[in-house]
Amino acid sequence: MSDHDHDHDHSELSDIQLRVRALETILTEKGYVDPAALDQIVESYETKIGPKNGAHIVARAWIDPDFKTALLKDATEAASSLGHVSPVGSHLIAVENTPQTHNLVVCTLCSCYPWEVLGLPPVWYKSAPYRSRAVIDPKGVLADFGVTLPADTEIRIWDSTAETRFIVLPMRPEGTENWSEERLADLVTRDCMIGTGLPKPEGAP
Amino acid sequence: MSNTIHDMGGMHGFGPVEPEANEPVFHAPWEGRVHAMQRVVGAAGLWTIDGGRASLETLPPAVYLASTYYQRWFLGLEKRVLAYGLVGADELAAGHSLHDPKKLPRQLTPADLAKPPVRGNFERPAAAPAKFKPGDRVRTKEMNPTTHTRLPRYARDKEGVVEAIRGCHVYPDTAALDVHNENPQWLYTVVFTGKELWGEDADPAIKVSIEAFEPYLVAI
Repeated sequence: MSDHDHDHDHSELSDIQLRVRALETILTEKGYVDPAALDQIVESYETKIGPKNGAHIVARAWIDPDFKTALLKDATEAASSLGHVSPVGSHLIAVENTPQTHNLVVCTLCSCYPWEVLGLPPVWYKSAPYRSRAVIDPKGVLADFGVTLPADTEIRIWDSTAETRFIVLPMRPEGTENWSEERLADLVTRDCMIGTGLPKPEGAP
Repeated sequence: MSNTIHDMGGMHGFGPVEPEANEPVFHAPWEGRVHAMQRVVGAAGLWTIDGGRASLETLPPAVYLASTYYQRWFLGLEKRVLAYGLVGADELAAGHSLHDPKKLPRQLTPADLAKPPVRGNFERPAAAPAKFKPGDRVRTKEMNPTTHTRLPRYARDKEGVVEAIRGCHVYPDTAALDVHNENPQWLYTVVFTGKELWGEDADPAIKVSIEAFEPYLVAI
């Protein structure tokens, strides 16, 4: 492990591994944590909670105008009303992309992110480059993701500085008029719901 | 501390954003253990979410920058379990429990864990009506507290417009210091132009909002 921790050499990595193991041992011996419970939490994030939840919300909003209205009014309540999405915590806010405005979500101070609908945030979302630049150079950040917007599009950046959480409702791509909800949901990537991506049907330019 | 390295909005020099294709949820098993321990120990209710954040923000800046996300989480968690007397330094050195456990105010039950994790609700009854309404022009305060705050430096002493009222929420600035001092405050979405935040050369196409607690704001 781990090619991803490229800032750290292996001795540091093993140091942290040892310290994490020691802390778990102590907390377990004291009865503060149960290793089986830790397994369960890890497993739920690895297998159950992820951007599929958010994609279902977006796809439903695309096909059901009443749901979209409800989502933009109170995203927590609307998302929780979908049986197939896990319960959504308080203060979820859906922000809608339009031809005039593109939304981009960041947390400059730490890593606030709507876990229940998008899963745990990717490393780049929590990294200094994203947190520093999203609010001052969003076009440069979007370029890092290969996203270019029309010159007259306003870019609205939402800095998640409190316990409110944001999910971007992207624009439904043209040419998807007769698509099923499931097929639409497959277009909605995690990045689309952060604002660093756009949904694209396969083969679209 | 508030004016530390975690407050990154608008800084230069960190390079491009590097998305990783097919990124795993955890890059190594220890990251998942840290994540899960944080949740279980945090549920004891000894500190608030902002108390947790403060413990990361007070890491030395060079350590903060050189650490990966879950390394920071681990260092913060280690600091907190020591500070709250859950674990002794001698125990960390030994790698084993050497003393009787402390009684925790709360512990997650197997029933809690069987349910998918859902974020808490931070809304609280308000002691007074909201001072501002959507459309009001406001100025954020110039403030440099040595303790935790959620008003980023780039958005201090700036003029903006209230866009929405988000309810009355636990106030991070006090709740970070004392789990019993929730001191609820009205929370607003406040929008700034790029020019107001970054000056004449700012991209005219950008607008930035923060979620601002009422004590951060003054009427214009």
